[in-house]
Amino acid sequence: MTPGADKAHAGLLLALGFAAFAVALASLFVGYVHFDVFTAARDALAGRDSIEALALVQLRLPRAILGASIGFTLGLSGAAMQGLLRNPLADPGVIGVSGGAAFGAVAAFYTGLSAAFALALPLGGVAGAILSALALYGLAGRGAGTTTLILAGVAINSFTGALTSLALNLSPNPYAVFEIMFWLMGSLADRSLPQVALALPLMVVGWIAMLSSARALDALTLGEDTAESLGFDLRRLRWKLVAGSALAVGASVAVAGAIGFVGLVVPHLLRPWVGHRPGRLLLASGFGGALALVVADLGVRVLPLQPELKLGVLTALVGAPFLLALVFRARRDEP
Amino acid sequence: MNIEARALSFRYRDHVALDRVSLALAPGEMIGLIGPNGAGKTTLARALAGLAPPSSGEVYYDDRPTREMDREIRARRVAYLAQSGGADWPLSVAAIVELGRLPHRRAFAAPDARDAAAVARALAAAELVELKDRPLRELSGGERARALLARALAVEADWLIADEPVAALDPLHQLRTMELLRTEAARGAGVVAVLHDLTLAVRFCDRLIVLSRGRVLADGRPSVLTPEVVAAAYGVEAYAGEHEGERFVLPWRVKG
Repeated sequence: MTPGADKAHAGLLLALGFAAFAVALASLFVGYVHFDVFTAARDALAGRDSIEALALVQLRLPRAILGASIGFTLGLSGAAMQGLLRNPLADPGVIGVSGGAAFGAVAAFYTGLSAAFALALPLGGVAGAILSALALYGLAGRGAGTTTLILAGVAINSFTGALTSLALNLSPNPYAVFEIMFWLMGSLADRSLPQVALALPLMVVGWIAMLSSARALDALTLGEDTAESLGFDLRRLRWKLVAGSALAVGASVAVAGAIGFVGLVVPHLLRPWVGHRPGRLLLASGFGGALALVVADLGVRVLPLQPELKLGVLTALVGAPFLLALVFRARRDEP
Repeated sequence: MNIEARALSFRYRDHVALDRVSLALAPGEMIGLIGPNGAGKTTLARALAGLAPPSSGEVYYDDRPTREMDREIRARRVAYLAQSGGADWPLSVAAIVELGRLPHRRAFAAPDARDAAAVARALAAAELVELKDRPLRELSGGERARALLARALAVEADWLIADEPVAALDPLHQLRTMELLRTEAARGAGVVAVLHDLTLAVRFCDRLIVLSRGRVLADGRPSVLTPEVVAAAYGVEAYAGEHEGERFVLPWRVKG
């Protein structure tokens, strides 16, 4: 690769990162209550508990941070899974981690744990994601190939989906069912800083695990034997990526519900910009995902719909036709 | 570095892919690994490259078992070219070849001048300089095979173990690639190539190892490949002749 291409790549990362940060910052100015954000920020920094300060710190700030970090998680995990499975249709949802996280959170809700203490819901989600990842690892086994991994993911997704439905089915309280179903649709509205504090560290650990796999993913482009011959431990790579995405996506789903298609669409759009290199796609997709999700979350706030459109509904409405187009193109390109 | 296989066996359920194979390989030689389909050539090549843990027995690099060896050191010393490889993403030829430098690079480090020089040498050796910016997927099968060989050459390892490096090539590039591999061996590298073309094998290799049903049927100078050995290994009658002082072996008809 020439130095020019390296510079172009650095420029792309800088542009995406800056855009994501700028939009997240701008999103602090958008909401249903009108107040002066600068006064609010000054009050908050000075420790004055004015209403504006509370609205900024407890409503808009968590929403902006979660939008950016969950978007980063989804974009990065999508790129990592696509690189690992060497399949542009792969997504955190594919390996069953999202489904496991959703069930874990629903279980916390259903058993009443979430009523006992507020953080039980996100904790349940993380636990579900980790259990899914462990089940995946047990099913796919050591040294399993791509097909086995995908099939195991499908099986886990079906099972956790069935368990979630079972919980809804048996729920004695119809309001609880409504609440769960709304949460499952995915949203960043009314999240709090303690939720950020619980989810963000887990996400960061997952990010590090995924970002440090860049070189191995590049090598994997030429198949498993070649990657091994270039000195990479594929079992360790799979484990790192599965566990890393479980932590990051599990924490995301637990806090914000299921937000689909970001992990599928963002890496696909950015791939030509990084010369199709799976390693370089990781960080670019993270920033791209953050940008996309914050913009989408601005969208649901700006759209004149009441009640507010759920974020997961919007991403699915935009993303699903995109997936269809991808499948269509893949079919056409087949010999 | 010498490579030695000691009583190497591979069993997949009831099937025995390799049966107590023992070999000692020294660098500076072009070694051809031949035998019929299913004889265990790929299994042996992968094992020699340290990629497959055997059911029993062991592969040693200079008397050290490969399984005890650090992966990254092994990756710098032994390059492996997989059979029928491809790229899952449409990377450019230059980017593919550059992957061969991964064992020499630290995490997150960009390729340095030595890497760039090695990539340039490999591209030139495989006659790919004009194609270097094209996506691998758009190339013909033979061009793709040469790009993947260039990727393996770019490692600049002590050993190159290549599984069918000439299978997809036209006659011109078959000859060029065999010459290229022989030059590598002449420079002091060890080269092991899995081959199907008996004439190329006999003409270009310094040593031939004939595998049949997971065992070594013959091993030595190319003259070990007599019509009798060909008949025993492949079940075909072969015609052995001479042209310009060089021996060749042609499979002629199915053994009656």
